[in-house]
Amino acid sequence: MDIVSTQQRKKIHPHKFTLWVAIASMIMMFAGMTSAYVVKSNQAGWQEVVVPKIFWGSTVAIVASSLTIQMALRSFKQRAMSPYRLLLAITLILGILFIVFQWMGFFQLWEQQKVTLRGSGAGQFLYIIFGLHALHVLGGVIALLVMLMKAFFGKTKQYTAVPVELITTYWHFVDALWIYLMLFFLWVG
Amino acid sequence: MHANPEAIMAHEVQHDGHHVHHQSFITKYIFSQDHKTIGKQFLITGMIWAIIGGLFSVLFRLQLGFPGESFPILETVFGKTWAPGGTIKPEFYYALITMHGTILVFFVLTAGLSGTFANLLIPLQIGARDMASPFLNMLSYWFFFLASVVMMSSLFIQTGPAAGGWTVYPPLSALHDASIGSELGMDLWIVSIALFVVSTLMGGLNYISTVLNMRTKGMSMTRLPLTVWAVFFTAMIGVLSFPVLLSGLILLFFDRNLGTSFYLSDIVVNGQIMPNEGGSAILFQHLFWFLGHPEVYIVILPTMGIVSEVISVNSRKPIFGYMAMIGSLFAITTLSFLVWAHHMFVTGMNPLLGSFFVLLTLLIAVPSAIKTFNWLTTLWRGNIRFTPAMLFAIGFVSLFISGGLTGIYVGNSTLDIQLHDTMFVIAHFHLVMGVAAFFGMFSGIYHWFPKMFGRYLNPTLGYIHFWVTLVGAYLIFWPMHYEGLAGMPRRYLDKSPWVSFNQFGELDRMISIVAIIVFAMQLMFVFNFIYSIFKGRKVTTQNPWKANTLEWTTPIRPGHGNWPGEIPEVHRWAYDYSKDGRDFIPQTEPVGANEKIEH
Repeated sequence: MDIVSTQQRKKIHPHKFTLWVAIASMIMMFAGMTSAYVVKSNQAGWQEVVVPKIFWGSTVAIVASSLTIQMALRSFKQRAMSPYRLLLAITLILGILFIVFQWMGFFQLWEQQKVTLRGSGAGQFLYIIFGLHALHVLGGVIALLVMLMKAFFGKTKQYTAVPVELITTYWHFVDALWIYLMLFFLWVG
Repeated sequence: MHANPEAIMAHEVQHDGHHVHHQSFITKYIFSQDHKTIGKQFLITGMIWAIIGGLFSVLFRLQLGFPGESFPILETVFGKTWAPGGTIKPEFYYALITMHGTILVFFVLTAGLSGTFANLLIPLQIGARDMASPFLNMLSYWFFFLASVVMMSSLFIQTGPAAGGWTVYPPLSALHDASIGSELGMDLWIVSIALFVVSTLMGGLNYISTVLNMRTKGMSMTRLPLTVWAVFFTAMIGVLSFPVLLSGLILLFFDRNLGTSFYLSDIVVNGQIMPNEGGSAILFQHLFWFLGHPEVYIVILPTMGIVSEVISVNSRKPIFGYMAMIGSLFAITTLSFLVWAHHMFVTGMNPLLGSFFVLLTLLIAVPSAIKTFNWLTTLWRGNIRFTPAMLFAIGFVSLFISGGLTGIYVGNSTLDIQLHDTMFVIAHFHLVMGVAAFFGMFSGIYHWFPKMFGRYLNPTLGYIHFWVTLVGAYLIFWPMHYEGLAGMPRRYLDKSPWVSFNQFGELDRMISIVAIIVFAMQLMFVFNFIYSIFKGRKVTTQNPWKANTLEWTTPIRPGHGNWPGEIPEVHRWAYDYSKDGRDFIPQTEPVGANEKIEH
């Protein structure tokens, strides 16, 4: 039973607000990780790593996907369902592409730079931090997949924009987080 | 989402407050999305954990009070592996203290406390049908349940549970071969706490969104009861600090199982040099205590809210300094993130950095003192009703003062050199956040039991429970200050080889005996709890404590949705007691033409 009361709603939908608090929580986790990186990088035995170029490809994919999901949201609000479905599908493909690029980046690091899990330098942090971020993107990809299935095969028409707004906000968040992490590894690392 | 949930509610709930739609046993009691049922699930699971965690303390107190003596029953129950000849093996002892801390801090005083009262009280006291997301709320409990299953299973494996202390410091926690308690039990500990963090986050997100977005008409933030403010701030601390612990545990998991060295360097185990290098064990301590210290406020803040409410209701007086109470909760919340390194004064920290942490730590005394002062002034010249709930609330204030004052000692980096890792610290934190939090929790259970189950707890058993527990708690923990000042270390299996500690032998024996009595008294409370659910005196009036808050405007046994008709509107704050010649004025009563209102 869904008990969100329309009468009680104030300025922001409770689910949207919940997402914002969850985002704050996720930020704290990555802040914890990058703080650990900073503390660790000032200690003896620290080993640097060259960030593989393929991660630029990831960056392009996720920034582009942020644009497409924003356009998808706009289409949904205009009740233009065909462009909505198309843009959502493109976002999904770009999301999957991002994860594939991440995987290739890890592979390059492992094979070419011979960065294994032995030690505790920038490389090991990179695997864990980028890996955790990729898991968050994967969560978004699954949500997108569900929404796409609903958009194509759903039997009831969906009028409320809230679910689309939620996934859009989340997707922008993982995009912004990626840009932060990329800049962090390029500058601090 | 349904198009019009209000209409659905009106359809589903009859005017007598009961549901007309059919719920199976499973959807009503097991996979329930009703915040009240979820609150009870948290409470009962927490109580089961409290019995286990308390029993563990009795077992290790047997060792501390009677070192080396044989208790044949121990061998019968735990077998030759863990208690050969009826004495507790060192590995068993360390497992007991580790699991006691883990269980009590996380499973009882975090999930059992916040899970119970945030769930029960937030929708009822702010005037909402349920949480912002009842489904997420249900998931929160079931993740807690999963975490419980994993942790519980670690008690039954061959190598036993984690045994490196509840703080799971590396290298003990990071190397499988470091000790028997570093093996599979430690992996299960990490998995369980990771699940626990997910549960806490789901709960916390819901509590925050519900308080901010789902309040009924007229319920401005400055009209909220202090219980709601307290669990709200608790949730804020949780969602911002638990993720950092998760970060630390992920790195720990990699160190343990995948060969990284974030926390490990230059280690020799059983004469064998380990390959790990470049790691820092101190790094883990930073990540751990960034949660670990806020965690003590996660434990104490909800009880501060409960105590404020119970003291005001049973003094028949408005809470003294309502805004100062909120301000001090906010100050404690903020400061809780800035003091973590006071647990690490003796790790070789730069003394200048240490002095900043001393200053910030001692600053917490200010909001804590404000709260204490306000509780005392609320009691002052009140028309006090000494219900069991009220006694436990007053006991809370006493314990909070006794334990809080020694915080000024251990929060000082120079004194801490002497006091660190001694029994003094055990005395300090057990009084201020362990027993005090339990007293707050008991106060809440006695007070809101009628709302939870439609019956009263037996007050006579309640009075006995209170007095024995209060006197017992002081008898157990007060003498530990003296032991600690004399330098007696905590965590040690047997202190009898040190001549200087022999003077405390009798004292330790007394502490252990009292601990057994106090534990037995908690079993009596559990009996009272279970008995009263089925056979307790029935509640016959909607508002048995004559309180102002909204939960007492619901039917005696409210259905899912809480209010059978419209949600009541709020016209005043929650603390109009003994006002204008009236004993109490509920929040739902409109303001009179010439009446002055506080908020």
